[in-house]
Amino acid sequence: MKDSRRSFLKIAGVSALGLTAASNAHAIGEYFIPSEKAIKDQKVSTADRWGMVIDTRKLNHETNKKMMEACHVTHNVPTLPEKYKKQEIKWVWEEEYSNAFTEIHNEFQSEEAEHAPILTLCNQCENPPCVQACPTKATFKRADGIVLMDFHRCIGCRFCMAACPYGSRSFNFQDPRNGLEDGKPTNPQFPTRTKGVVEKCNFCAERLAVGKIPACVEVSEGALVFGDLSDENSEIRKVLKENYTIRRKASLGTGPSVFYIV
Amino acid sequence: MSDKGKIVVGVAIFAALVSFPFWYNTGTAKPAPELIIAPEAKAAGACVLPKDQMAKEHMQLLDGWRNSVVREGQRVYVAESGKQYAMSLSNGCLECHTNKADFCDKCHEYASVNPYCWDCHVNPKEK
Repeated sequence: MKDSRRSFLKIAGVSALGLTAASNAHAIGEYFIPSEKAIKDQKVSTADRWGMVIDTRKLNHETNKKMMEACHVTHNVPTLPEKYKKQEIKWVWEEEYSNAFTEIHNEFQSEEAEHAPILTLCNQCENPPCVQACPTKATFKRADGIVLMDFHRCIGCRFCMAACPYGSRSFNFQDPRNGLEDGKPTNPQFPTRTKGVVEKCNFCAERLAVGKIPACVEVSEGALVFGDLSDENSEIRKVLKENYTIRRKASLGTGPSVFYIV
Repeated sequence: MSDKGKIVVGVAIFAALVSFPFWYNTGTAKPAPELIIAPEAKAAGACVLPKDQMAKEHMQLLDGWRNSVVREGQRVYVAESGKQYAMSLSNGCLECHTNKADFCDKCHEYASVNPYCWDCHVNPKEK
């Protein structure tokens, strides 16, 4: 009697499990879009590792402002009133030389060099600490080197902000549409973000997907060079060969893909 | 056994309370809203999937599209017919379905679902 009851329970348990699994199987992976159904745009720009060179000799407040403006309009980046300065959303922004390059602070520098306006943005690191910190894999590194965010998945824990040594990430403490004119996005083709998620520069992944170069590079008048770092014959590699460049906090081992000609 | 009366009354009250939402709402159910297809969508002829499949499964499809676009960078959907579509809510779906209020919101409201798509994504026709 004991034995048969035991085996009955076993069979009942396994059957129940099987029934549950079968009825829920459709929820697992059915809506994975197969690769023959989801393709890239024909005009897509591809690379093994996207990178950028910034010629600091060509930077000034005006050109910086123009590049920042181009980015912000393209990506609906809000401009919050001065009293919310601490809640500022930064994709690409201006930093004084001494604040941008904290590792190699030199004594007795000229005022001009010390306060030179440097354009800073997400470094699209080779070894990104934000990706390691993210508990939901909302931030991830694409095969082409771009460190991207899936805003849908971001739970707003801000671990990535603590992990990023460059301050390249911003948290939406309020609805970002508050900081857009009339609450209307400047570029309806691109989504805004929502309160409670983190955001950062995406190296214009959505523009690269249709063969355009990043918005800031487009208006940079030669101050920014964008290209494939893994391609020996690319323009960016030529520029890197011909000029002495530095990277922000390179000794941390993050492997920034943004280089600065100084 | 002497408490029979109390028990019956108790059970009756309990049953009445539990079933309250059912009989209170009886007869007040509204018919499902009629879908209004925008002229642009009518002109396009067919959606990415058959109509009834879209009605039932558009949310899962959009979820799959999201992963495909964000993770894989694959932004173009090839339908069964070979026609290509932009996998984008604002720049794909709403290009044909220009009447968000009548096409999306009406049904969502009726079904009492509150998708938060529009907290971020933009209805380009709203401008």
